[in-house]
Amino acid sequence: MSCQIGLKQDSEDPRKNQKKMKNHKNAIEAIELTHCYNEHPAVDHLSFVVPKNTIFGLLGPNGAGKSTTIKMLITLLPPTCGTAKVDGFDIVEDALAIRQRIGYVPQLISADGELTGYENLLISAKLYGLARKEREERIKELLHFMGLTEYANQLVNQYSGGMIRRLEIAQALLHNPSILFLDEPTIGLDPSARKMLWTSIRDWKKQFDTTILITTHDMEEADKLCDIVAFMHLGHIIRMDTPKELKDEIGKNATLDDVFIKHTGTSIEKGEGFSHAREIRRTISRLD
Amino acid sequence: MPERLGVPFPVLIKWKTYFQQTCAIVETDLRKLRHDPYELFTRMIQPAIWLLIFGQAMAHARAIPVNEQSYLDYLAPGILAQSVLFVAIFYGIAFIWERDMGTLHKILITPTPRIFLVIGRSLAAGLRSLSQVFIVYFLSFLLDVHLRIDFFSIFLLLLMVILGGAVFSTLSLIVACVVKKRERFMGVGQVLTMPMFFASNALYPIELMPPWLRALSKFNPLTYQVDALRDLMIVGETSHFGLGVDFLVILFTYFLFLAIGTYIYPKILY
Repeated sequence: MSCQIGLKQDSEDPRKNQKKMKNHKNAIEAIELTHCYNEHPAVDHLSFVVPKNTIFGLLGPNGAGKSTTIKMLITLLPPTCGTAKVDGFDIVEDALAIRQRIGYVPQLISADGELTGYENLLISAKLYGLARKEREERIKELLHFMGLTEYANQLVNQYSGGMIRRLEIAQALLHNPSILFLDEPTIGLDPSARKMLWTSIRDWKKQFDTTILITTHDMEEADKLCDIVAFMHLGHIIRMDTPKELKDEIGKNATLDDVFIKHTGTSIEKGEGFSHAREIRRTISRLD
Repeated sequence: MPERLGVPFPVLIKWKTYFQQTCAIVETDLRKLRHDPYELFTRMIQPAIWLLIFGQAMAHARAIPVNEQSYLDYLAPGILAQSVLFVAIFYGIAFIWERDMGTLHKILITPTPRIFLVIGRSLAAGLRSLSQVFIVYFLSFLLDVHLRIDFFSIFLLLLMVILGGAVFSTLSLIVACVVKKRERFMGVGQVLTMPMFFASNALYPIELMPPWLRALSKFNPLTYQVDALRDLMIVGETSHFGLGVDFLVILFTYFLFLAIGTYIYPKILY
């Protein structure tokens, strides 16, 4: 019930405000973004801004609302109330324009195992409406960038976990998106594959000025990869800053985990239920 | 590419893109089939059993009166339609599978309008159904069924089979989006197929049915598909309702299911 009351108040005002404060420096602007499952808010009046050309980390345990937030931003889930602008477009009114401008890699494996790496890229390129010439060039370029050229004609179900992830990111980059969303990009990967992926992500950002939003529950990943980190807990962002600032606040040799415990009273590892464990294990078993 | 979006696309380019996107969805399916054509063979078993065992037994017994034709002549088009239905109605499990995997998220996030995703998938299912034409014609030939072999009727028959596959796979998509779980889907699939099969003219003429079943069969798209196939496949048979009516009913059903499917497809996620 509380949510429905919220709907009336919030869906009106923020949009008016937003037209006035059109800010092209920001890749994402969320204003009072809310989503309720059965009147229980999973994301609760969330407002935040992601500046362009940053790697932004949404950090928190499962159930914090990270995935719900991302799904609303990429137009897969309509907000209950509130709104957001992605690359200057409204997530409800301009969904198609947003889809043309963003790339998304889901937490679960999205590459098609029954097709080859090349075929996966080909189909994605066609769905993004790339013309034939452009298509072949981009696919070649991305296969090379991700180090997959020699495996291009192999079925994806013979790939290693790291290779699948790199292929999926290549798929999401085909149309040169201005914002890339990565949902738990390194889940289920071994340490060396993880580091390789971080390097790819950083290289890509440097080369093409792409804004990258990742969700993760891995503190080391957030620390090493992200320019800005936002802690999410129970549908709210409780703290947002650069990893360095956050750690310095606590004291010397502090880790991001310490920061999270200080702000929420719980460690990030807690609160992961059956369905989360099942999803992770399914992902891992497919990766092996 | 993204930068051009502020300017409205000329209509033609837009439709060319839609066409390319629809074809890409069909292509995905056909490429998978090329890598692993195994299921094309397994799905040929069921129509073979129906025609070789049930068909021959009933033809000998002469239990079902069907004009002057042999019962096998009557049955062959019915079995073609039935096997298309049985294959297409379980196509939807792929959507649940893709949803559990994450493939679906990736497809829904592309700038392809939903309706072309649904059209693409249903056409792919329709094209897959063509393998059934091959096996049923082959068996019919062995069983001395009086096949009508001329270009025009075979062309229309292929069209009807593709449409039938598209109609029932879209229905399957709708069911998948409603039930969302594999186990439940299998149950509903069984519950749907058998009544549709028996409340149609696939095995016996409508005139033999009790009045209530006869009334029901008029609302069954399978009835119209069988009716058209019988006309197009067998020498001496003419369609009961008229070929035009058969095609119109199937097309109308397809558009209706497409509309529902397009609306419900993204909702499989939540």
